[in-house]
Amino acid sequence: MSASTKDGDNDISSRAVSHLDLDAPDKTYLDSNELIINMGPQHPATHGVLRVILKLDGEKVLGTECVIGYLHRGVEKIAENRTYTMFNPYVDRMDYVAAVSNGLGYCEAVEKLMNVEAPARAKYIRVILTELNRIASHQLWLGTHALDIGAMTPLFYTFRDREEILKIFERYCGARLTTHAFRIGGCQYETYAGFEKDVKNFLTFVAPKIDEYEALLTTNRIWLERTKNVGVISAADAIALGVTGPVLRASGVRWDLRKAQPYAAYSDFDFEIPIGEKGDTYDRYLVRMAEMRQSLRIIEQAVNGIPEGPIMGKVPKVIKPPVGEIYHSIEAPKGELGYFIVSDGSTQPYRIRVRPPSFVNLQALDIMVRGLLVADVIAVIGTLDIVLGEVDR
Amino acid sequence: MPNFIMSYLGSTLTPGEAGNQFWALVYVLVIFAGVSVAVIAMNWIERKALAHFQIRLGPMRVGPHGLLQPFADALKLMLKEDIIPSEADQFVFWVAPLIGLLAAFTVYTVIPFGPSQAVSDMNIGILFMLGVSSLGVLGIVVAGWASNSNYPLIGALRSSAQMVSYEVAMGLAVVSAILMTSLNSTGTGTLSMIGIVQAQQQQGVWFIFKFFPLGFIAFAIFAIAMVAETNRAPFDMAEAESELTAGYHTEYSGFRWSLFMLSEYAAMIAVSSIAVTLWLGGWMRPFPNLLHAPAWEFVFSLFPALTFGGLAAIAFIGTVRMPSHSFFKIQRIGLAVFGALLGLVALLLLLIAIAGHSADETLASRFKESIGHVYWFVLKVAVFMYLFIWYRATWPRYRFDQLMKIGWKVMLPISLGVLMITAIVGVIFS
Repeated sequence: MSASTKDGDNDISSRAVSHLDLDAPDKTYLDSNELIINMGPQHPATHGVLRVILKLDGEKVLGTECVIGYLHRGVEKIAENRTYTMFNPYVDRMDYVAAVSNGLGYCEAVEKLMNVEAPARAKYIRVILTELNRIASHQLWLGTHALDIGAMTPLFYTFRDREEILKIFERYCGARLTTHAFRIGGCQYETYAGFEKDVKNFLTFVAPKIDEYEALLTTNRIWLERTKNVGVISAADAIALGVTGPVLRASGVRWDLRKAQPYAAYSDFDFEIPIGEKGDTYDRYLVRMAEMRQSLRIIEQAVNGIPEGPIMGKVPKVIKPPVGEIYHSIEAPKGELGYFIVSDGSTQPYRIRVRPPSFVNLQALDIMVRGLLVADVIAVIGTLDIVLGEVDR
Repeated sequence: MPNFIMSYLGSTLTPGEAGNQFWALVYVLVIFAGVSVAVIAMNWIERKALAHFQIRLGPMRVGPHGLLQPFADALKLMLKEDIIPSEADQFVFWVAPLIGLLAAFTVYTVIPFGPSQAVSDMNIGILFMLGVSSLGVLGIVVAGWASNSNYPLIGALRSSAQMVSYEVAMGLAVVSAILMTSLNSTGTGTLSMIGIVQAQQQQGVWFIFKFFPLGFIAFAIFAIAMVAETNRAPFDMAEAESELTAGYHTEYSGFRWSLFMLSEYAAMIAVSSIAVTLWLGGWMRPFPNLLHAPAWEFVFSLFPALTFGGLAAIAFIGTVRMPSHSFFKIQRIGLAVFGALLGLVALLLLLIAIAGHSADETLASRFKESIGHVYWFVLKVAVFMYLFIWYRATWPRYRFDQLMKIGWKVMLPISLGVLMITAIVGVIFS
């Protein structure tokens, strides 16, 4: 454990430990033995194959260590042996609940590297699908998070409504989850007949459903007790740890890449960035609920203002970016999703490095749960909204 | 017929009081079978109701509307390999589920399904019940300890902490109901389960409405504590599947695991029975004193037949609404047969009600009365069982320290206060 001094208290490096020393004795209640528990990789609530080693005093968490890599597929290495076009579907397999966002980030990064731009219509289609995906991702988060905390029912409500989004994806590109919706330079598919109607129907369908989720949880006393003041992370700590997305915004930092450095067509739309105050689990819940509503606003504006025109920019048949490197990041549902691409001028990237929001946000787990109880560890893992496919890549 | 069988039939006492071992044994067997069937039915109802809360269908494949699912599950569990972890304490691991089961089923000896429909009427009935039903937690603690595994151990510790926090408030709530039994001309109260219901009859009010809202608060405290006592959502921390994988029974499988489930459901029915007996008038039908004209008697005696008739009607509607595809032919027939059986029971109950109405002090009238008592008791308990499912579908799970906080800091003071105010009010009004 870290021996924190008085001024070291404000310094994240002294408190954030990457390795849990299992043998170091801790001061426990009644000088009893510490309990070491392996939570995962097979555990119902670690959202996949995360393994958290918990050091417990009774039920109180003394320290944690995340062990990852159970879902490692070497996505970044695969990229070096594929052409830019061939690698495009692979990015969908990272954050598989927000595949559209992954594709958007990758396509835009390569476009930026090649110095081409997608046409306006393609950008609007991208925004609509990406925001739909953000809602889907948040719905899945809400369902599983509530299930972790013990509320079974919201899961089924959110999955029912997420289905409508997946149907739109399916009609648009044939796939539901790993959509591969975008191409470098624009979109491959024109919107299908009735796309706009479907999206508008979805908007009117889902708005009351979000109220329904909130009716079950927002003012529920047990929900409040389980989430308020649980897993608090201050704005300074969050920034120091590189935490992004709703987790950062819930701590009161108004940072959203859609506003800060607008990409796609986001500068055309009017929307707000919901932020929280305390940075506890409840704030993160509220922020994500508000984000769903903001996404609805964006989709509504986009679908009403969608321009006519081509959907594919002027990209050559063989994608061969000039020698150079680029970092491009977008606001994925879970935070800043960045792609760092090094090109050696060939058809294959020399190196691709992904900055996955889940992986970075997961680093905050230890700081957030120390001193809490086992039940809170589950709540915090849920509220961080990690996807192990993205953590391990 | 031997004398010891026939002589009891005219008695208005429970077999235990009458000292008739034969009928006591019969009652024990009937109750054991009845509770087991109720657990099986409850299993199906819970899965179905929970599914409908959650916009699912629930079991639909084994039998029409999954009616045979519990039997299939029971069969599967019995056929499964019986695993005892090598690191576990073999004997304790073996005996733990039995402790829970024993505690859950022993309670039924004093539950009064009617004025004479109980195995025995102990004069310390309620004490016996509270004492034995709290033993159930011993099974959980021992199971968690014997598994020699971390998650079960945490589950077991949570369970014991939970019991300690809730038993006190629960006991005090019960005491305030017992105080109410002494508000009669003689001023003597009773701990007998049958006596408590009879006291409610004499005073002409269910204790839930007595000294409103005092009785109601005590009832509410008991209703919360009994959920905690049976480790059900939102107090299911001992098994909290998202936290402790399966809690105290993580290492259990097959038949032993099913014994835990059996005792959990049996305990749910048992504590609901206590609540019904203490506050909701036990076996009494609504308004027994107000609407006691023979016509009303007859109307109320039709309820069992109507209930079964309604269930039969639901089954028949389900039959009609099934898709006409030949795939569903067997299912349709099965459901129709099930509906017909329910209808037959309804018809039988109707005949008994009519026969019992026209004749006085015959076997039929006594039979009709017994059916009425059991029916109203079971109906009230069923309401609680539905509430258990409803809670589970609606609420997140409490955290273990929050649960203790509520137990000690909220419920205990309230129940103490209610007890004292009930005593004062009782003295003033009697």
